[in-house]
Order: sequence, then structure tokens, then C-alpha cells
Amino acid sequence: MTKLAEASYPDDLLYHDQHDWARLEGDEHAVFGITWYAQDSLGEVVFYDPPEPGATIDKDSSYAEVESVKAVSDVIAPMSGEIVEVNEALADAPEKINEDPYGEGWLVKVKLSAPKETDALLGADEYRKLLDA
Amino acid sequence: MSRYTSATPADREQMLAAIGVDSVEELFEQVPEPLRLGRELALPAGMSEAEVYERLAELAARNADAEEQVCFLGAGMYDHYVPAIVDAITQRSEFLTPYTPYQPEISQGGLQAMFEFQTAMSELTALPVSNAGLYEGPSSVASAAYLAIAASKGRRRFVVSRGVHPHSRETLATYSVGYGAEVEEVGLEDGLTDAAALAAAVDGETAAVFLQSPNFLGAVEDVEALGAAAKEHGALLVVAVDPMTLGVLKPPGEQGADIALGEGQPLGNRLDFGGPSFGFFCGTEELMRKMPGRIAGETDDADGRRGFVLALQTREQHIRREKATHNICTAQALNALAATIHLAWLGREGFRELGELLLRRTAYARERLAATPGVELLHEAPVAREIALRLEAPVDRVLERCAERGIAAGYPLGREYPEHEDGLLVAITERRTRTQIDDLAEALGAAIAACGDLPVHTTGKSPQGVH
Repeated sequence: MTKLAEASYPDDLLYHDQHDWARLEGDEHAVFGITWYAQDSLGEVVFYDPPEPGATIDKDSSYAEVESVKAVSDVIAPMSGEIVEVNEALADAPEKINEDPYGEGWLVKVKLSAPKETDALLGADEYRKLLDA
Repeated sequence: MSRYTSATPADREQMLAAIGVDSVEELFEQVPEPLRLGRELALPAGMSEAEVYERLAELAARNADAEEQVCFLGAGMYDHYVPAIVDAITQRSEFLTPYTPYQPEISQGGLQAMFEFQTAMSELTALPVSNAGLYEGPSSVASAAYLAIAASKGRRRFVVSRGVHPHSRETLATYSVGYGAEVEEVGLEDGLTDAAALAAAVDGETAAVFLQSPNFLGAVEDVEALGAAAKEHGALLVVAVDPMTLGVLKPPGEQGADIALGEGQPLGNRLDFGGPSFGFFCGTEELMRKMPGRIAGETDDADGRRGFVLALQTREQHIRREKATHNICTAQALNALAATIHLAWLGREGFRELGELLLRRTAYARERLAATPGVELLHEAPVAREIALRLEAPVDRVLERCAERGIAAGYPLGREYPEHEDGLLVAITERRTRTQIDDLAEALGAAIAACGDLPVHTTGKSPQGVH
């Protein structure tokens, strides 16, 4: 049985209401992933189908798929940009998404095309409120 | 549990009383008058069971069948011997009656059978992944095309040899309309796929190349050499094969095929009415998550015992919905089970021996038929179990005369290949004895001689206008 992360929503991240997070790195880059709630709902992740580096992704659109034993989920981009790096380690160890959704379970690193899009994202408190609703 | 129940008038009275209704008509009172038929259905009077039996027997007697006529008909389905053990197992109600029996709690036997079927097909084709079967050969080809579109990230062009079964090519063309894809056919030269034409037809937009071996004219293709063009342009190589030849021919997986598939009927299934049968579908590990169809998997239960379940269900429509790899829900599991039993009965040695027998008999038949006056080989390419001939008399007339002698002499190639109007496709199975083959040769010779100077290129109608 994989060791699951504790329910958590780190304060230093920004959240999208489709259960994705963004960590800004400098002015122009960000790392994306799915939240604790998303991986918990999916169950044991068995496969991650990543986009190609160089691909353009659009805010609010799906850029990848995460597959568990019982479901397939589109992963929604919190912000727009170009994929610069994909988490290759997930190919052999997709369960990292369950074990460490904000750390080793990161999905893509992106060069942002519209950094102001952060205005539309939620803080940790707002995201927790959304889940409790 | 009773297999058949009916309701007597007394039962009906009881049911009506239970729901507080006086008559069955009362239940239809809500249907507006203008929509009602207003009369009894125009059906003939009911017959007793014995009368029905006589009637059906009379209708059935109008058909010739493979028990009554010596069957040299092939063209995709073959008159092999199906051992009694196949029926003994498939007719068990646990296998015969359930529909989509996939719940592991109550279907371990069925799931295990699927797993064993997949293992067998995987070993025979030398490709690591197999599904639990599709409907039949031709739609399996169309499914491979769909897979190729996904695997190539959207290429929508297919190149298919005219050696691939006409039904498969027709099905591919039909599905391609829905896929928004283009299909280009490559012709045959001396019975084999024109290699130069194939290489010229494949380009960077090609999602898949489709070959068949042995092809429709019975010729064994050099799949590896032909497949090089696909590899060069990053297209998938899809090969349709006759499963009965896999005991003696090099498996597609060892010839560069990404997908090996085909019509499974020769294994364990009689000709019946041209079905039902099943398609098999095997592929590389890379294509595993894009495979269509049910896949049975092996696992451990909560107590650590070996068990079987459906695997990779996230490919399927009940999870992935419109993005699923296929919409198949049932599998032709019973027909695939028949194949699995047949293979288990033959065993590895027996399967190979059967293949060798087919090669020897076909070689004998080829020699014998080619030596018959008025008969020529249509091509000299190597064959495994089917021979293409050219006749110096109208093929349909020859077939009529052979049928009068109790022989279904073969398939008239002119139906699907206008360039071979004088062609006849003769299939060999282990049921076709040397004597039967000699009789065929004699019957063909006699029929051709009797046609005298009739021109070969007629419409196939005899002088009486009977086709």
C-alpha cells in the first residue's frame, strides 16, 4: 500500500478550482501539479501521460492525463505558457503523485506567457474553503 | 432452474388479480385510439413443436453444407476439424449463457479462460500484449487503424495492400470515413504486394501500413522486407494473419509487426453461417494502453491467492467514455474459448504438426491441380494452405459442375479481383484427404473440358441464364 501524503495545502502555492496547483519560480517560470484532494479522489495513480516539452498550454485547458485504477482525469493548466520540462521520474513511479503531490509528484515546469494570470488563482485558504463547501 | 417458462390463462388471471386489473387491454388504455392497430397481428397460426421442427428441417435441407459437399472454399474462413471436446466445454451453461461475465467475484473461470486465450495468441504471434478478442477479422483491422491514429498523434492516412482480405479493406474504408482518414491501396504483382509501389505510397503522414500473410491469393508475403517502408516513416506495421499457419510460419512479432491480428475462426470454430467467430488482436508493449477490447489480467486476491480480473479498464468506454480505445462491451468470448480449447487439445507439438500437414497437403494439391488440363497456377509465390488457380473455362460454370458432383471447388476470385476473372481460390485443410484432392483435380478437368469452347470471359451466366 503506497504511503499517502497527509491532507495538505501548502500556503506558498497558488490553486486552481479544478484542483491543480502552481508554484512560481522567479518572474517567468512556474511548476504545476495536482492537489492532495485530486490525488485522493483518483486513488492509486498508475499512469501519467505527459505533454511534449515545447508544447503550448492554455490556462483552464487540459494539458495531460492522470490515470488511476478506476478513473482517468484531465489535468487543467492553472496558467498559460510553454512546457520546458516534464517530470520523467513519474514514468516509472507514478505513485509519487499520491505520495508527494507537491514535491516529487510535480508534473510540468512551464515558461509563463501571461504571469498576470496569477490574479485569477486562489490562495491556500480560499482553496480549502472551496473544498469544505 | 427451469430453462423455459410460459404463462397459462390461469397464471394470467392470477397476475391480473394481483395488480387489480380486469384485463390486459386495460393496461393499454392510455394509448390514444388513433395509434392503435385495431386488429390482431397478421401472423400465421401457431405450429406445434413437431411441426416447427419439420418446417425448419425442410428449410435447412435447401442448403448445402460442408458435411454434404467436400469444401475447398476458404477465402478467410476454413473447414477445419473441430474436436468434440470444444463443444463439451463451450456448451456448459456457465460459459454459454452469461452476457459480459467480467465480475471477478463470480467469473474466475471465464476470466482465466480469457487470460489463457491471450497468452496463447501472444505466444503464437510473438507479441507481448493480447486482448480477449474482438468481433471478427475485418473489424479488427479497422480497430487497428483507430489505434494508429492515436499512436501517431493524429496522422490520418493508411496504406493497405490489395492482398489484404477484401472484407477487411471494405471495413477499413467504411470506418475511415468516420475517422476522416484517407486509404490508399497498393496492388499485387505475381500474387505478392508490389514492394516498390508500397514504398512509394508510404510517407510521413501515414499512420499505418496494412499487410496480410498469407495474403488473399494464398501467397506468403515477406512481411519484414515490406514493413521497412513503414519503419522508415514512423508508421505502424499492422499484419493480418491466418492463425492456423502460425505453427509453421515466422510469427509477425518477429517480422517487425507492431500489431498482429486476424480472423480467429480457423481455431476451434466451425464455418457455421460465416459466423459468429472472433478477431484476435496482439501488439507491442508501447501500444498497450491504446489497445482496444477487453484485457484479462492476473493478480493476487486479498488472501494472496492467484486470481483474474479485467485489466487496464481505463482504456474502456465505461471509464474513458468518448475517448475510449473502442466501444466493445461484449467480447466474442465463447468463440475465443473454443479457440483456446482447440489449441490446448492440439498442444504445441500438435499445432506445429498440423501446420506441417497443411503445408504438405497444399504442396501436393498445388502440383496435382497445376497438372490438370485447363488449370494453371495464378502465381508461383510460396503458399501455406491456399492455392490460386487460373481456369480455361468460365469459373462459375466450372463451380456449378463440381457442385453437381458434390464438391465446392473454391472461391471465384473474379468477384473481388476483376483482373482475375478466370481465377479460383482453393483452400486446403486437414479434412481434405488426398483422395478428395484427386477428385477435385478430376472434377475440375472434366468441368473445364465440358465447357468446350465457351469463352472464359463471360458474365458467368450459363445459357439458361442461371447464375
